[in-house]
This record gives sequence, C-alpha cells and structure tokens, in this order.
Amino acid sequence: MKRLRMFLWGLVGLSLFLFGLFAYQLSQPKDEFVESAMIGEPMPEFDLRPAVEGYPGLATADLADGKPRLLNVFASWCVPCRAEAPHLETLRDNGAEIVAIAIRDRPEDVAAFLQVYGNPFTRIGADDISEVQLAIGSSGVPETFVIDGNGVITYQHIGDIRAEHVPLILEKLREAGA
Amino acid sequence: MRALPALIALALAIPAPLAAQDSLPPAPYAYNQLEDPELEEQARELMLTLRCLKCQSQSIADSDAPMAGDMRHQVRTRLAAGETPDEIRTWLVERYGDYVSYEPRVTASTWPLFVIPVVLLLIAGLIIRGRLTRKVQPQEGAE
Repeated sequence: MKRLRMFLWGLVGLSLFLFGLFAYQLSQPKDEFVESAMIGEPMPEFDLRPAVEGYPGLATADLADGKPRLLNVFASWCVPCRAEAPHLETLRDNGAEIVAIAIRDRPEDVAAFLQVYGNPFTRIGADDISEVQLAIGSSGVPETFVIDGNGVITYQHIGDIRAEHVPLILEKLREAGA
Repeated sequence: MRALPALIALALAIPAPLAAQDSLPPAPYAYNQLEDPELEEQARELMLTLRCLKCQSQSIADSDAPMAGDMRHQVRTRLAAGETPDEIRTWLVERYGDYVSYEPRVTASTWPLFVIPVVLLLIAGLIIRGRLTRKVQPQEGAE
C-alpha cells in the first residue's frame, strides 16, 4: 500500500514537471530567424550585373579593397525594405558605404523604388535567381551584412533596420574596420 | 446580366495586388526537370529533405515560394555539374546550419535523441527479464 502510494505521488510529480516544462517552452518567444552560418567566412565568388542603369554592379573583388562596407540585400517588391530606407540613409550619412544586392528584380522596378525611397547605395548587383543570397546564407529580404576590408562577413542583421538598430550597426562596422 | 461585366472586371482586378511578390520568371531549373532521369530522381530525393527557408514547414520540393524555386535550381544545376547530393546538402548546411536539412545528424546537441531510445530499450529489457524469472520460480515451487 505504501509503495503504491509513493508510486502514484511519483506520477503526479512527473506530470507536474512535464506540464511545467511545456508551460515554460510555450512562454518562450519563437525565433523564426534563420541565421547565416557564414559569419567569419569570406564572401563567395560572384559577379553580378548592374541592377539599375547608372550604377555599377557588384562583384567579390569590389568587397576586398581594404574598406569595410555594409551589404544590403533588398528588393523593390519587399515592403519592409521601404520602411528601412530612411535608416539606410542615416547610416550612409554617418559614413557607412553601402552596397546592395537586388533579389529577383527588374531594372525598371529597382529604378522606380530608388526614385521614391532614395538611393543610399554606391553599387547595386542584380541577383535574379537568389544565387548570391543562398551563397551567403541569407534567408530573406531585407538583410544587412557587415563586410570587412578583406571581404569577410563579420555581422548579419536580419529584417528591416529600425532607428534603434543604427548605433549597433555603426559599431559593428567600426569593429570591422579595426 | 448587367452586373456581369462588373464582376469580370472585379475578378481581373483582384489577382494584381495579390501577385505583388516579384516580377521575374522562375529560375530555369525551378520547375523543369533534369534531362537525365537518374539525376532527376536524385534531385527529387534531395529536395524532399531540404527545408524551405521562407515557408519553414515545407520542403523545397513542396513549396511554391520563389526562393524555394531558386534552391531547386541550385540543387539541379549542381547535380548536373557532377556534385553528389551529400555535397549539396553540406554546402547548404555550411550556410544555414542544420536548420536547412530535414535529415537528422548526430551532433553534440542531438546525440541524446539517438542514445535515449537505446537506453530505454535496454532498461525495458532488463525489467522484463527480471519479471519473467521471478514468475517462473514460484510455478516451479508449486509443482
């Protein structure tokens, strides 16, 4: 009788532990971001045609000239990209050089986007089949990478850049320049 | 009857804003099979075990997201260029982590998943053996 009672209390304890575990896990925020595993790795070899008339395209060689840069992965059809446009301008005004890759985009759409939301970029490469995006482990638009002067990826920001992210990104860019 | 043209106009108008994804055609090998049936079979098997990054509970074989199409293009062109399915999976895992693969691997964080069932089976086996030998003895004594 005593053994049975202890066994039953054991069961109660076990189920309480399980429910506690479920409650804890359910209360944790879900992380839907897939982070790139390429942080600390050099940029892959690529050479993208210009995404829009009047601005050069983007190749690996442009990213390894000793100067750290931001690489913005965007698209004219991406709504959050519109929201981050003013903050990219703030970054540029604070001395950041920003190059970009336009994902699955037509030149006329990119041109219209830049005309409305501004152009903080010095180079824009067109990635028509998400080739370079896949090669750097980016899983969506917009994303922003910090690339150091040797062409090595040092930081990834997933999602649109908001005002509160600007200081951290500038700090990461400064670290990449050291 | 007078409402018909208006209905048709409405039906034509609706798809436009819904299609606001991107305007480019899919990558060449997103929806086209490889010419070699054996390679296409390998591609299909691999695509069923690679996770779509946009629609995270689908494989890239099941998803119509443009990015999944671009991943299928990578899989097919890389296979056609002579890479093995394992090399392509490794290439993706190097970029996105284990997340991108539906095929479980034994790693520092996943080994308990493989070890615990074996341990449980061993414990169950020991318990069953203990019960069987205990039950047999009183019967022998009764005879």
